[in-house]
Amino acid sequence: MSQAKHIRAPFDEETAKSLKAGDRVLISGTILAARDAAHKKMVETLDKGEKLPVDLEGQVVYYVGPSPAKPGHVIGSAGPTTSGRMDAYAPRLMACGLKGMIGKGYRKKEVVDAMEKYGVPYMAAVGGAGALIARTIKKYTVLAWPELGPEALAEMEVEDFPAVVVIDCEGNDYYEAGQKPYRKI
Amino acid sequence: MRDISAQEITNVVEKLCVEACSQLPQQMANALKQAEKDEPSPVGRDILAQLVKNADIAANEDVPICQDTGLAVVFADIGQDVHIVGGDFTEAVNKGVHNGYVNGYLRKSSVAEPLFERKNTGDNTPAIIHIRIVPGDKINIRLAPKGAGSENKSRLTMLVPADGVEGVRKAILDAVVAAGPNSCPPMVVGVGIGGNMEMACLLAKRAAARDVGTQNPDQRYAAFEKDLLDMINKTGIGPQGLGGVTTAVAVNVEWAPTHIASLPVAVNINCHAARHAEATI
Repeated sequence: MSQAKHIRAPFDEETAKSLKAGDRVLISGTILAARDAAHKKMVETLDKGEKLPVDLEGQVVYYVGPSPAKPGHVIGSAGPTTSGRMDAYAPRLMACGLKGMIGKGYRKKEVVDAMEKYGVPYMAAVGGAGALIARTIKKYTVLAWPELGPEALAEMEVEDFPAVVVIDCEGNDYYEAGQKPYRKI
Repeated sequence: MRDISAQEITNVVEKLCVEACSQLPQQMANALKQAEKDEPSPVGRDILAQLVKNADIAANEDVPICQDTGLAVVFADIGQDVHIVGGDFTEAVNKGVHNGYVNGYLRKSSVAEPLFERKNTGDNTPAIIHIRIVPGDKINIRLAPKGAGSENKSRLTMLVPADGVEGVRKAILDAVVAAGPNSCPPMVVGVGIGGNMEMACLLAKRAAARDVGTQNPDQRYAAFEKDLLDMINKTGIGPQGLGGVTTAVAVNVEWAPTHIASLPVAVNINCHAARHAEATI
C-alpha cells in the first residue's frame, strides 16, 4: 500500500489533478461540511441568483452530519454519509469552483462526467469510523442555516484527516480497480 | 400478574440507546479483529484496523461508534402476565428514546413527516416498535438503532416457488452487490425468507439484529447461511467497497411458513456497527 500523501485544503487545480484513484491522503487545513439539506439550500440560493454563504473556489466539501459534541469535545462522531444522495446537486457546485468531495459510496455517471470536466477528485473516508475521524477535526464552525442542526453548512479545521481517492479527475474508479482482483464470481 | 412501572421501561430504554450506540457488540469486535488478520487486501486491512481502533475510542470515551445513530428500532417481547403501571408502554419507550438521544449526545435523525416538510422531531422519537406477546411475567427489550446508509439498500423480492434456492441466492447477491460501499461493509446481511410481504421484511430486520456468530437452529438454513457468506465474500467488494474478501462477517437467515404460490425474500443489511443492546425487566 502506498505512502499517504499529505495535502492542504482548500487546494488548486494542480493539486486536484495530482490525486490519483487509490491514493491514500491525509488532509490538513479547512474543509466544508454539508449534506442533504445544506446542498438543497445552496442550489436553491443559486437558483434565486443569490450569493452563496461561502465562496466555493478551491473548497473541499465533506458529506457529514455529526452527532452533538459532548462537553469538552470539538465535535461528536463525524464519519462520512452516503455521497449518492448529493449527486443531484454536486455538478452545480463544481461549476461554482468546488475542487474536492469526501463521502462514501458510488457516484452517478453525471457526477463523474462533471468531475472530469471541472477537475474534481472524489475521496472516501471510512464509513462508520466517526469516533476516530472526529479526532482529526480541530474546530467546527457553523457558517449558515444553523436551524438545520447536524445538516447545517459548516467549516472544519482538520489535521491529517484520512481518506482514499476513489474517483480521480480522469474518471479512474478505485472501487472498480480495488474490487476486481478479489472478485471470484 | 407482575407490575412493571412505565418509568422502569423508560430508564431501561434510555440506557440501551446509549449502550447500543457506543459499545460495539463483542462478537462483532472479535469478528473485525479476526478479519484484520485474514484479509489479504492491504487497503482492506488498513480499514479494518481503523474500525477496531474506532470501536475502542467509542467505548472508552462513551461517544457514538458512528454519527448516524439511526432510528431507534425496539423489539419488545412482553410477557402476558405483565401489568404495566403508571403510563402506557409506547409512551414509556419514546420517553426513553428521548432521554437517551438528548442526554447521551446522540444524533437526532428522525423527521416527523416523510414527504413535504421533513421537520426533525428533535429527540429521535418516535421509536419503531415491534411487540410480541409471549408467556411469562417479564419484558425483554432488544434495541437496534439502524442508520440509513445500510437501511436504504434494503430490498424485497417476491419470488415464486419455481425460483427455488438459486433464485433466493441471486436475489440476495443482487442486493449485496447493489449496496456495495454505500452500506459500510463489512456488513451483517439479514435475510427473511417466507411469510408474506411484511413478514419477510420483519424477519430480515430481526436477522440483521441477531448476534454475529449465531446460527439458524435449522441445520439446512445454518448451512445456507454459510453458503451465502462464502458467496458474498467472493464479490470482491471488501471493507468499505475498496476491495477484499471481507464483504460480510455474517449472513443471518430467518424464515417463516408461506403461501403455496409465494417465495418472498427480504434483505436488510446492517453496517459493521451492527448496533444492538438488550435487557430483560
